Amino acid sequence: MSGLRPFALHRPRSVEEASRLLAEHGGDAMVYAGGTELLVLLKAGLARPGCLVDVKAVPSLASIEAGAGALRIGATARHRDVERSPAVRAACPLVADVARHVANVRVRSVGTVGGNLAFADPHSDLATVFLTLDGTVRLEAAGAARDVPLTDFVRGPYETSRRDDELLTEVRLALWPAGTAAAYLKFGVHERPTLGVAVALSPNGAPDRVGAARIAVGCVGPRPTRLPAVEAAARGLDAAELARRAGELGALAAEAVDPVADLHGAADYKRDMTRVFVQRALALAAARLAGRSPIVLHPHTVAV
Amino acid sequence: MSSTHTPSPSRLACTVNGRAVALEVAPHALLLDVLRDRLELKGAKRSCDVQVCGACTVLVDGAPVSACTYLALEADGRDVLTVEGLGAPEALHPLQQAFIAHGALQCGFCTPGMLLTAKALLDEDPAPTPERVAHWLRGSLCRCTGYRKIVDAILAAAS
Repeated sequence: MSGLRPFALHRPRSVEEASRLLAEHGGDAMVYAGGTELLVLLKAGLARPGCLVDVKAVPSLASIEAGAGALRIGATARHRDVERSPAVRAACPLVADVARHVANVRVRSVGTVGGNLAFADPHSDLATVFLTLDGTVRLEAAGAARDVPLTDFVRGPYETSRRDDELLTEVRLALWPAGTAAAYLKFGVHERPTLGVAVALSPNGAPDRVGAARIAVGCVGPRPTRLPAVEAAARGLDAAELARRAGELGALAAEAVDPVADLHGAADYKRDMTRVFVQRALALAAARLAGRSPIVLHPHTVAV
Repeated sequence: MSSTHTPSPSRLACTVNGRAVALEVAPHALLLDVLRDRLELKGAKRSCDVQVCGACTVLVDGAPVSACTYLALEADGRDVLTVEGLGAPEALHPLQQAFIAHGALQCGFCTPGMLLTAKALLDEDPAPTPERVAHWLRGSLCRCTGYRKIVDAILAAAS
């Protein structure tokens, strides 16, 4: 059917009011901002809330600020806002460029970062990238706030640790040290990515020697994950060594993921694509660490 | 549904194609349905109904949105542009002229969405690169033309 089932629309003016509404209505209320994922869910009848709590009128939730080594993106900041934010561009250009490629221009005009994270669609770009920035989300309810690492917040497909009365108000990203070379590759032919790999290589000592590696894979499994075994293997390598061993590290990554078969592909296929794209992302990041800016063209791939 | 009250209609006051509009709409009404069924503006199409195809694209305050997945009340206080507001048959918009000149439409079903997305792009970037045009058109699907002529038409209209 087209069209939505009826619901009441509440527009709280503060986090406290929003939280009160959520507590009052319990599971019958859902948080609404851009609605780019929520309204599709409602159309499919997979959720039938009696009311939506529209948080766009809550001031300060749309702010984007950088300072003290961190980037804080408010929950109702839209992908388009992140894409165009001078603060994001200066603090972490990769985040702006990943936001530029989320979904399509219409979704970017309307959809929000907070909604994206709270919805926890496994096929999401932002959650994957934010894992390499040690993202934490702030959850607020009834005057109390808690910060939850993204890796704990996203528990599985469409499942987060947010309580019904809590509002996700912002995500905080720990900026990489100076000299970090990063890359994000996303692959797929569907509307959502089939696979996303984020790599950040931070130098130690020599500018092209990896001191710390942060590597995350998303979309293939129930939730995005960091790859500690691959990160450990990359540590201490210089850019040339890393480029030579990227294939081996890709194979290591393939063993570490937990792919789920779906319309994007069989588990074996996703595992193999993890190998391929971790290799490609490491190669690209290594080249950037060595001061090069290669043009990367792989089929059905966006290279950021 | 455990809601104890019937959601009541709310007032939508906006401009559509430059004209003031005031309607009572239910909170759950979608912009696409209000445009097509209450304002008789049939240019925006319901196609995929999940905002991935672009056939329902309209501009709200200059930004492209999927009207099929956009609450009508979100347009309150805003300016909505549909293809009917882009140009008149006797005074076509340069984009419309370029689409005709370059054969950038066949069945025409995707055309309103393509035109409005292109307008939003050119309003922001009057001289886009082909890469930028293709980037903006990502998510606007065409089954007829193969896209090349659409991109050519937009680049021609820009110059």
